[in-house]
Amino acid sequence: MMALHSFQELKRAKKLSRDGLPTVKVAITGDCSTQHLSMAIEGACVLRGVSATVYDADYDLVSQLLLDSGSDLYAFAPDIILIQLCTEKLYERYLSLGRDDRQQFSSLTLNEVRQLWRAVETNSRARVLQCTFPEIDDRVFGGYALKLPWSFIAQIRKLNVLLADETTSDDRVELLDLCGIASRVGCLRDDRLWYSAKMPLSLDAISEVADITAAGIAAHLGIVKKCVVVDLDGTIWGGVIGDDGLSGIELGELGSGPAFTAMQQWLKELVRRGMILAVCSKNDEAVARSVFENHPDMILSLDDIACFVANWEDKATNISFIQRSLNIGMDSIVFLDDNPFERNLVREMLPQVTVPELPEDPAVRLSYLQGLDLFEAAGWSEEDAERTSQYIAEGKRRATEAEFGSLDDYLESLQMRAVARPFDSWHAPRIAQLTQRSNQFNLRTIRYSEEDILRISRSDNCITRYFTLEDRFGDYGLIAVVILELRDEAEAFIDTLLMSCRVLKRGVEEVVVNCIADAAREAGCTKVVGEYIPTKKNALVRDFYPASGFSRSDDGLFVLDLNRFHGLSSHVQIME
Amino acid sequence: MTEQEIYSKLEDVFHEVLEDDDIRLEASTVADDIEDWDSLAQIELVAGIEAEFNIKLSMCEIEGLANVGAMVDVIATKVA
Repeated sequence: MMALHSFQELKRAKKLSRDGLPTVKVAITGDCSTQHLSMAIEGACVLRGVSATVYDADYDLVSQLLLDSGSDLYAFAPDIILIQLCTEKLYERYLSLGRDDRQQFSSLTLNEVRQLWRAVETNSRARVLQCTFPEIDDRVFGGYALKLPWSFIAQIRKLNVLLADETTSDDRVELLDLCGIASRVGCLRDDRLWYSAKMPLSLDAISEVADITAAGIAAHLGIVKKCVVVDLDGTIWGGVIGDDGLSGIELGELGSGPAFTAMQQWLKELVRRGMILAVCSKNDEAVARSVFENHPDMILSLDDIACFVANWEDKATNISFIQRSLNIGMDSIVFLDDNPFERNLVREMLPQVTVPELPEDPAVRLSYLQGLDLFEAAGWSEEDAERTSQYIAEGKRRATEAEFGSLDDYLESLQMRAVARPFDSWHAPRIAQLTQRSNQFNLRTIRYSEEDILRISRSDNCITRYFTLEDRFGDYGLIAVVILELRDEAEAFIDTLLMSCRVLKRGVEEVVVNCIADAAREAGCTKVVGEYIPTKKNALVRDFYPASGFSRSDDGLFVLDLNRFHGLSSHVQIME
Repeated sequence: MTEQEIYSKLEDVFHEVLEDDDIRLEASTVADDIEDWDSLAQIELVAGIEAEFNIKLSMCEIEGLANVGAMVDVIATKVA
């Protein structure tokens, strides 16, 4: 088994520079020894772009710490509490039970675990990261054990399923799926370490678990991949279309075809999930497109590709073009190419792009990519699935833009209509996701969970608005979020103002400011106060408030005097 | 592998795990002699030794590693 990084590499990573990295506090508690896991998670977080402070609880104090609201663990004020209960301890408990209790073992255990989660909910705002239970099969009945509902293997398997069911409806709890890791990389345990040090995981397994934990933590902080840029020849099909012709392309049953087909199926699933797919190939465009149009075994279609670039320019230039067209961060791009020269060129010229070192053998590439955990999600909404069609609509808009003499004429021709509404539970997942993922057009960059959003929507002293937008080319979906906090002296403070960069400079900014002013007036306010908190990524909105009619006040904030504000003009029509 | 080679490779393992390139090992060196050589580091040292020498130690052998000399002895019997 080969972890992405060795334990020693993770330990060294703890000492790397953390300048400018977002911070997170992680508490780790288990009924086993967790010190090495704590060290590894801290290091793995740095490698995933997160500065974590880790509180490693003393051995086997899970219930004491979580049930006591005054415990050191809660005093640490963690953002995340990782709970590692080990299967070994469960097995010891199981052995002490009679047949009847053994039959109920999974539900009894689930109840106990659930009590811990409820305690966290009561005592803290932390999210819980609950480890699943890697299977221990004592082979006492051999394979026959699965026919006995009270056998340990039957109960532990059931428990893992119950845990997963339980978390689908619980926004505050996520699973750290040790079972899933075990099925990918093999046995996680080093028997000697369990007996001599009460460590249920080998050091290699700890490295793997730490990396996956860090990937999940990073995703919650908005560090996510949004786009996969793929090469064509040798990457998503075998052979070179320009040389081998359509009949020589390896896909389906021909040659290495099944491996390339599996790669395309996976990319298609990523598109369905909401990842943007772009093509960057050294080819004549018509020749490259012909495979998509004419090869019977292609899984991906041109409709899956948000940006298709096939020419003879260097790939760094082309990826920069793709990045600008899609208006996404360079660090949210993953580039897949079978050619080491192209990979190195892109790494050299665009160091922020993630460039996996694809194995030469097409048969092992997919497992390799899946093992990198590049596409960790912090949530998912139906709207994500629409993303590719939104980017394709955007391409058509750009084509139209070129036909118009002035920007105003063009914007007017789009017939944009926005809807502004208070938060509701239906839209909460997407709203939370936007607060987690928007980096550029985000005035204060406050991240909220779905649960936070629901709480805010119920709060009496908050006014909330989400904005959706559509035009004659299609629906942009939910594109902006505003949270106003009502303060004393008839003042509305802009807690959150963010917008998707896809709709930059089309008039949405103006409509949002107008809505803020209207909502604040309705609530009896005479002024609106805004704050700009600079981050590495939001320089775009540094002058947003002054440009929107706010005046700078002495304390560094921005004030909009509602008595003097008469609204900004916009090409976007607002529907309430 | 000569005893000297074992010492040299073992020092490499100690340098990596304890993040201190100045560590020099002798047969009589024990955990108390080296800062940071605690029970957690011991687990990492064993993993490092196993990887470096491509050997596997039993639980009893690990428990018997009272000093560096004992480490070198057990490694010598396995790599011979």
